Amino acid sequence: MNEIKDTQSIEGLKPAVSLFEERWNIFKLNRLAYFSFIFLIFLFALALIGKVLTRWIVVFDPQLVRLPEKFLPPLTPFTSEIVSAEYAPKFNIYLLGTDELGRDIFARMLEGTSISLTVGFVAVSISIFLGIFFGGIAGFYGRLKFGFITIDTMIMRFVDIMLCFPTFFLILTVVALLPPSIYNIMIVIGLTSWMGTARFVRAEFLALRELDYVAAARSQAIPEWRIIFIHMVPNAIAPVLVSATIGVATAILTESSLSFLGFGVQPPDATWGNILADGKQFIFDAPWITFIPGFSILVVVLAFNLCGEGLREAFNPRLKEGI
Amino acid sequence: MIQFIFKSIGQRIVLLFFISIISHAIVHIAPGEPSLVDPSNPRMKAEDIQRIRTAFHLDEPLYAQYVYWMKDLFTGELKSFKDNQPVLKKIWDRFLNSLPLFIVGTLITWFLAFPVGIQAALRRGSAFDKVGTFLSYALISIPGFFLSYICIIFMVKTFNVPVIGMRTFGLENAGLMLRSMDRVWHWTLPAFMSAVAGVAILSRYVRSQMLEVINQDYIRTARAKGLSEDTVIYRHGLRNALLPFITMFGLTIPSLIGGSVIFETIFAWPGMGRLGFEAILARDFPVILTLNFISAVLVLIGTFVSDILYAVVDPRIKF
Repeated sequence: MNEIKDTQSIEGLKPAVSLFEERWNIFKLNRLAYFSFIFLIFLFALALIGKVLTRWIVVFDPQLVRLPEKFLPPLTPFTSEIVSAEYAPKFNIYLLGTDELGRDIFARMLEGTSISLTVGFVAVSISIFLGIFFGGIAGFYGRLKFGFITIDTMIMRFVDIMLCFPTFFLILTVVALLPPSIYNIMIVIGLTSWMGTARFVRAEFLALRELDYVAAARSQAIPEWRIIFIHMVPNAIAPVLVSATIGVATAILTESSLSFLGFGVQPPDATWGNILADGKQFIFDAPWITFIPGFSILVVVLAFNLCGEGLREAFNPRLKEGI
Repeated sequence: MIQFIFKSIGQRIVLLFFISIISHAIVHIAPGEPSLVDPSNPRMKAEDIQRIRTAFHLDEPLYAQYVYWMKDLFTGELKSFKDNQPVLKKIWDRFLNSLPLFIVGTLITWFLAFPVGIQAALRRGSAFDKVGTFLSYALISIPGFFLSYICIIFMVKTFNVPVIGMRTFGLENAGLMLRSMDRVWHWTLPAFMSAVAGVAILSRYVRSQMLEVINQDYIRTARAKGLSEDTVIYRHGLRNALLPFITMFGLTIPSLIGGSVIFETIFAWPGMGRLGFEAILARDFPVILTLNFISAVLVLIGTFVSDILYAVVDPRIKF
């Protein structure tokens, strides 16, 4: 490897910037996307801190019920004489107010950050895994006959079938029939959203499998699963990453819609979706319970969408320049 | 052409067959049965549950249940588990309620998205384009029901009109004018809400399509001929940019059922989405399955029509 780099630099062939750096520089030009990216990193840190502070070292207790303290608006100092001081919120102030059971909304939002993001990421990981698997097989083994139809036809027809279902209705049916659990929600969202990825990957693979490096890998008798997953997938990953970023946004929205209908993540676990859905009954008396999670979802999903769009432009500069 | 039509109809029927098998399997294999909806009811004895199970063929093997479902569906005999009403009539009634909402929503979507998208493409990089882009992302990113609640509060507080349901209770004997005004008020918000996400997505597509077309050689030729800018954009440009949207039309149809669940629940609109939601809650398998089946049929018809239209509109496509 070093030898190649040396010869490249001697002969002046070494690219000035690596491929990744080049994409990164294009990405940074889109200021909105770049800010979204930084914001998302900040959000991950917040989710991690939130997880630690609400679960392991309980500084903010999201499940502590203080009935006399219900419906307090944000930034209310803790002055109650009924609730004993050991149950007082941190810093003696309800930063984001309390809900109908007197639980601290700030603590619940903190806890919800990590759960909401987990739902999004696990669902998208499942869908990406399935998409790469099916798309890769359809693209790579496309011409192989399986009985009287090719594998490619079989898989792509299956994708067509999945696309015919009204997705949200299907998710709702399955989630409502299964016992309520956060894992079921992640799995079902993942299982119903892999079709787009499969199509991208297949399209990339159809072009990639004709390239020389694949022939070279074959000639070295590298097993086919290695060629597919180690050699070819990294070359087809760009559009998948883009759709994954946007997929996380969609999954967070889907979870909140399910929560609205009562099939989301069940209490005591708090997600932004179910805080929002619970708050809607008190929208006139305590609008902050609805507006805080509502706008948080808006901002985070927007950041994911903008970041995804920025990545799409970076990996496909033709879009940006408008030809 | 005729051959193509027959071939694609044949393919779609095969697809439909598999769709019906898969949806039947999903609904029946998932745990939870109609007889278990109300387990705490003391009047439900073991023999009652057994009677229900026999009446609904729930004890027979899956493939037999599938055959029963298909046979009943096509003879129109299919009955809902919940209230023993014919399923097709139930769905048809709700379909008639959903249809106006769907049509108004689609019209709003297309009539708003195209002008916005075209203007954004023509003035690329301008403030209008940037604000439009940001706004459309924001509209995609906001949970639909949250936006609806904000709008309901706004409407009720500023205009003081009721917006929930299909009509105001107690206005049945009012004059025609008053009643139709009442209807329009009740339509406005749900139709707008179901159109919002569509406008945001579609206007982005229109923008990128127009950008693609505007830079083509034939547009330069048209300008070089000295045609007016409007002719260039709307006759030469827009017509070519429109082609991919024929395909999109077929794909908007599933939202008739799936996308409307949320909005029909918020606005208490007795439409198909709500019917599906109620059926899911009651484990009313025939209704769930038939709704899934009908929506698949609608999608397949939609894509079929757009395939044909594509060939009619674009002379470059040959079969």
